[in-house]
Amino acid sequence: MELDAYFTEVSTTKISELLTSYPLASDYLANIRLGKINHELTLPEALLDVDEDILEEFGLTRDSVVLHFCAFLSAFSKNTELNGEISSITILGGRNKSGKPEQVEITVVPGEIVSIVGPTGSGKSRLLEDIECLAQRDTPTGRQILLNGAAPTDERRFATGGKLVAQLSQNMNFVMDLTVREFLEMHAKSRMTTDPAETADRCFACANTLAGEKFTPETKVTQLSGGQSRALMIADTALMSASPIILIDEIENAGIDRREAIKLLANHEKIILMSTHDPLLALRADKRIVIKNGGIAKILVTTETERQSLDHIQQMDEILQNLRNHLRKGDTITMEMIPKMEDNHVGTL
Amino acid sequence: MKLITVAGPPSSGKTSVILKTIAQLKVPNDKVGVVKFDSLTSFDHLRYDEQGIANQTGFAGKICPDHFFVSNIEDAVQWGKRKGLSILITESAGLCNRCSPHINGILSVCVIDNLSGVNTPRKIGPMLKYADIIVVTKGDIVSQAEREVFAFNIKEVNANAQILFINGITGQGAFLLAKYWQDTLDIDTLKDRKLRFTMPAAICSYCTGETMIGDTYQMGMLKRMEFEE
Ligand SMILES: Nc1nc2c(ncn2[C@@H]2O[C@H](COP(=O)(O)OP(=O)(O)O)[C@@H](O)[C@H]2O)c(=O)[nH]1
Ligand SMILES: [Mg+2]
Repeated sequence: MELDAYFTEVSTTKISELLTSYPLASDYLANIRLGKINHELTLPEALLDVDEDILEEFGLTRDSVVLHFCAFLSAFSKNTELNGEISSITILGGRNKSGKPEQVEITVVPGEIVSIVGPTGSGKSRLLEDIECLAQRDTPTGRQILLNGAAPTDERRFATGGKLVAQLSQNMNFVMDLTVREFLEMHAKSRMTTDPAETADRCFACANTLAGEKFTPETKVTQLSGGQSRALMIADTALMSASPIILIDEIENAGIDRREAIKLLANHEKIILMSTHDPLLALRADKRIVIKNGGIAKILVTTETERQSLDHIQQMDEILQNLRNHLRKGDTITMEMIPKMEDNHVGTL
Repeated sequence: MKLITVAGPPSSGKTSVILKTIAQLKVPNDKVGVVKFDSLTSFDHLRYDEQGIANQTGFAGKICPDHFFVSNIEDAVQWGKRKGLSILITESAGLCNRCSPHINGILSVCVIDNLSGVNTPRKIGPMLKYADIIVVTKGDIVSQAEREVFAFNIKEVNANAQILFINGITGQGAFLLAKYWQDTLDIDTLKDRKLRFTMPAAICSYCTGETMIGDTYQMGMLKRMEFEE
């Protein structure tokens, strides 16, 4: 709809009706302290009762409020969704720190998982950064990123507004003073979902299947344990995030079902790049980018043997997990708790 | 010379973002300068000196910091030109959240941080509302959901601005801001340009040094609060 059309609608429709068609409009009015104007009038009519001095504090006049309000409605009706619009991203190699060409090209599609491995400081975050700003051979690495097989326009690069990549890392915490339910509903509302309460419920249920220790929707987000927080962040990112690409930086071992978490994200058609040295995660990825000296040294495709080894790694992981649980309960560790690994198992690893 | 105004609440990450963005500019450091407008003290000059960036600091003292900004900004531009700079950045801390140093036709950046609470964008006035670019920092320590809600709240206040997420410590995201800075137009002077928003009109007896409380001491522009019974 064009601005003119909004202008006609706003000039002829009662505020109460506008608020039904555009729920966000109430935020607009509240933000300029007009929440309490007479909703049974049209906006231009209601403004006649408003002290111009109040409007002036916001740099507005009776006329400009109406125009500004129309611009607001129009900005929020534009579809700026990136989800579902990205069918692939391609990384074209640049140079490493010594200037040596990377000579790689890798394309990742939604639902696919790529792990990134390499020593700390080797250039993993640089790679993420290139993806985030859709580098066009103009960053220090000289890499180029294609969306859906083509170079994005400058306009596109700027318009993604930080929405291309969602990030999950160990250092992230919740800072809002809200319960889990309030928090999820707030996020759902900002994504303009039609039924925020229902979306929040689904997300909550999903988070609880990932969390080792269950929590209630009335828990404050700031009081969740590390594992519970991570579970909530992952479920929220899978179900509600605006971003089609997810970058995961080392998810912690404790208190969360990591395999299920990764599966959940992949099932929601996200492109997943995951920096990890956890064999259970790294080998579950389809491909592995190896970073050395600031550059992509090689790209490995997970081999059949590696995939088969997952079962054994899984068993070892369970043994360790079990030992942790015993320690947590205050038990003494005995040899019986540590099953003997058969030689042939070890041999195939 | 290009001029960019950077404003934001104290400790939101302005200096960090400016330094990281300068590092991404395709302009040598000795062609970039910063003028810092502050009220009482500032240690930012040490950080600019360290990177070899020409800089000047002005203290508003008992004058309204935003009034102080407008009355000195043209001199700042002339200083930058004398120094032969190709990019001049002003850094100012919006103290009362009412005013903004944003000028028509001059690239205006507002820096706010994710930790300040999701409703903060709704409380910051013209500094946010009239900015061309809004930089959000400290995204590395809050959840993705909070970043998204924060960005949404910004958009509700300023639907037209570009929102950029920048990590002030690693510089992640600064690349795009540098691109915006480089693409802005050159200017010679600010004479006859207009502020995007009026400065506070109040000149009252307290502005001129009055310290006594009570009706008889109050003169000039006053605004009385109404208390409901
Ligand atoms: N974790 C984190 N800290 C930041 C970020 N940006 C700035 N800081 C820190 O925030 C503090 C204030 O930053 P500074 O640039 O001095 O803010 P200014 O007062 O607005 O100029 C410093 O300790 C910075 O290191 C960021 O993106 N993440
Ligand atoms: Mg500073």
